[in-house]
Amino acid sequence: MNLLDPQGPVAAGNSTILVDSIFIMLVIVVPTIFAILAFAFWFRASNPRARYQPEFVYSGRVEMVVWSIPALTVILLGGVAWIGSHQLDPAAPVPGTGSPVRIQAVSLDWKWLFIYPDQRIATVNTLTVPAGAELNFRLTSSSVMNTFFIPQLGSMIYTMNGMVTKLNLRADNEGKLQGLSAHFSGDGFPDMMFDVNVISPLAFPDWVANTAKTDAVLNEDSYKKLMQQGIEKGRPVYRLEDPRLFDLIATQHIPPGPGPELASEAGRSHSGGHDAR
Amino acid sequence: MLGKLDWSAIPFDQPIPLVAGAVVLVAIFGVLGWVVVKGYLPYLWREWITSVDHKRIGVMYILLASVMLLRGGSDAIMMRIQQAVAYQSQGYLPPEHYNQIFSAHGTIMIFFVAMPFVIGLMNLVVPLQLGVRDVAFPTLNSVGFWLTATGALLVNVSLVVGEFARTGWLAFPPLSELSYSPGVGVDYYAWSLQISGVGTLVAGINLVTTVLKLRTKGMNYLRMPMFCWTTLASNLLIVAAFPILTATLAMLLLDRYLGFHFFTNEAGGNVMMFMNLIWAWGHPEVYILVLPAFGIFSEVVSTFSGKALFGYRSMVLATMAICVVSFMVWLHHFFTMGAGPNVNAIFGIASMIIAVPTGVKIYNWLFTMYGGRIRFATPMLWAVGFMVTFIIGGLTGVLLAVPPADFILHNSMFLVAHFHNVIIGGVLFGAFAGFEYWFPKAFGFRLDERWGKAAFWFTFTGFYVTFMPLYIAGMLGMTRRMQHYNVAAWRPWMIIAAFGMAVLTMGVICQIVQLVVSIRNREALRDRTGDPWDGRSLEWATSSPPPVFNFAFNPDVRGEDAYWDMKARAKQQSLAHETPDYQDIEMPRNSPTGFVCAFFATIMGFALIWHIWWMVILGGLGAWATFVVFAWRDHDEYVIPAGEVARIDRANIDERRNLVSMAGAV
Repeated sequence: MNLLDPQGPVAAGNSTILVDSIFIMLVIVVPTIFAILAFAFWFRASNPRARYQPEFVYSGRVEMVVWSIPALTVILLGGVAWIGSHQLDPAAPVPGTGSPVRIQAVSLDWKWLFIYPDQRIATVNTLTVPAGAELNFRLTSSSVMNTFFIPQLGSMIYTMNGMVTKLNLRADNEGKLQGLSAHFSGDGFPDMMFDVNVISPLAFPDWVANTAKTDAVLNEDSYKKLMQQGIEKGRPVYRLEDPRLFDLIATQHIPPGPGPELASEAGRSHSGGHDAR
Repeated sequence: MLGKLDWSAIPFDQPIPLVAGAVVLVAIFGVLGWVVVKGYLPYLWREWITSVDHKRIGVMYILLASVMLLRGGSDAIMMRIQQAVAYQSQGYLPPEHYNQIFSAHGTIMIFFVAMPFVIGLMNLVVPLQLGVRDVAFPTLNSVGFWLTATGALLVNVSLVVGEFARTGWLAFPPLSELSYSPGVGVDYYAWSLQISGVGTLVAGINLVTTVLKLRTKGMNYLRMPMFCWTTLASNLLIVAAFPILTATLAMLLLDRYLGFHFFTNEAGGNVMMFMNLIWAWGHPEVYILVLPAFGIFSEVVSTFSGKALFGYRSMVLATMAICVVSFMVWLHHFFTMGAGPNVNAIFGIASMIIAVPTGVKIYNWLFTMYGGRIRFATPMLWAVGFMVTFIIGGLTGVLLAVPPADFILHNSMFLVAHFHNVIIGGVLFGAFAGFEYWFPKAFGFRLDERWGKAAFWFTFTGFYVTFMPLYIAGMLGMTRRMQHYNVAAWRPWMIIAAFGMAVLTMGVICQIVQLVVSIRNREALRDRTGDPWDGRSLEWATSSPPPVFNFAFNPDVRGEDAYWDMKARAKQQSLAHETPDYQDIEMPRNSPTGFVCAFFATIMGFALIWHIWWMVILGGLGAWATFVVFAWRDHDEYVIPAGEVARIDRANIDERRNLVSMAGAV
């Protein structure tokens, strides 16, 4: 999950800007730290060779320089930020080979649901994508806020109930990556890590076909069961019955997840006392 | 009768909070019992609890902050241990407990450690530096302190009665809404902050008024010590920002108590509104904390370098620039919410702009040291440690202000490391520097230097060992608030960080030992001159501790570094007057208003949390009645006769004369 080992163009762009910005700043930060330590050491009271200049309390030239150095650095970095924000906007297209794969991600309490509307399948806690293709994410949440983040593919984005956020990514190399939620969402939050399988574009249709053979069907009813609070240890897959399911969730035609009160395994007290787990 | 409160609120099945609560209770009752048995209670009541003296209130603020630092620090130790052991396992803290701990840690450290520490130092020092006898509204000052204490008390009550929020220290909805957090945790959080927020707001109003309206003769704005300037800037931010917090939490409470829909998922509520509002307060808040620290470092660097502050006017400009710009950058806390490239870029650049005046401050401290004669007393060590550490925190801060970098670092352990870097390396180092620097002024004796230096080196080293690994964990994709994880690459860094936490703890222990050792050796460490550090501003012109009226005469200020000038002209005011014409001095009377008001506020807050409505009415009426009684008072001042003033002042002058003549003889 190393940010400095990007596996796609977005992550590569992010980490390049990250590293460049650090180096731009180190150019002035390192000399400043040395100057602090050097001045503090040299002008120690016990050093007879240091000249005491109590009247040196203002210098227009020094002021000019000390306002200019950070200002120039910030102008340079501001340029980096402006260009970077536009080039790496999460909603900006990321051209890839072949047709883009549309993926609708829903954060549930406490698992991730990935819907492939064109392929009519859905997966939980595992995301399988073809290498090289543009990945076209639309994201929402069934209940509380979460953040969708695959560190080695770059740019995270919030998921919020009743709203849709957009994110485009691309994975360049086949392999296994990991994703997670980067915004605290309750007791099951640490179990919201998910696998990302980047497979070859040729194998992708086979994977879709295999997945579609499952008996489990995702529709409004099974979705409502899935959104109950709880941790999903397995990696269930579904056939998607209604390709508009995501829109029903995002527009709140399916009401938000119930929270702990109605959760099936509850036994949680209403009174606010500590829960025994 | 008791609303939602019943025996299930006490966590009998959870040993950790129960034992911790029991220890705290035993400690509190032990101290109380000792106070009563020794007969100190009337003294405490008369001289401290009802005191409206800004120095006493400042000391009580700092005491509150120190005690809460131990509580927040215990939370930190538990979290570091949990993350060190919870690799592919649940660790020793279940999620519902761990989540409370990190929420309480953040809430306590910001609201009940950092805030009271800096407000306490401002209270203690600013009137002295301005050469005045008290703050603008002394009784209100006491009310502000006691309401802050109420908030701290309620947060700690949640340890044993009910639970604390499990939502993080900013309680983001919809997680903090009733449907996802049905317990009382969020209510404890919100009511504690509402009550202490009122306290902070009145403290802010008080200090702004004091700086603007109560300066001694000749103390122009551009002759004020730097700490007074940063106090002004910080308190202007309090006055402007804290109402936003109060309004935001009020909306959340309306959602939770009366079924409103400000931030709910349903019925048109908007969680993004909460994000904007809370950070519109939250970002100025970090400058509320760090600006006074900048002021402390300005005083410390200048005093121990034996030079006036370099580029004073430039520093004033930088302070006020930070004050204004800090209000225009809040959106950088949620670049990843999908705002679009123009908005992100503009707020990113605005955030970077704050680095300019901050950088200028660093360079001006640097040039204050240049050509100085630097004495490395403990406060100066903290100052140099701060300058080095804060630059690193500034670097990572500017990095996080670059939106594309934030897209992969937001909410990560890198972010956690960054804000601890600036809050520990900036605010806490500043608070400790101020504590060491002004302790002799408050109590009349210096703190032990050896233990103080040990505390610095442990804290300084411990900070790096704890938080540098967190930067790396963040670069490895680790996000914050993980109760457990199964990524092997993160584990070594969590173990190192836990080790660093042990070193940091040593630093805290050294501070405690330092205090004990210094109290026992107080005669040897006694400061008889009132000026132990060869200081430059007016607080050093009076005795240590200062008399209740601070100055027998209003000092006459003729330039920057008022006291340094007086000393330089060998015309120390107190030594110059041969037969000074002492006058009667009017001082504000002590008042139990603050304590009583906070007592009722505590009852009301607790009752609101547990929905005990009759008690809410009782508490509310009590607090209101306290205010009415105070408003109808007939006498609010007492007179210190000229003879008494003369006696106190002469004793002080004689003490100084003796020391001067002894020094002359040697």
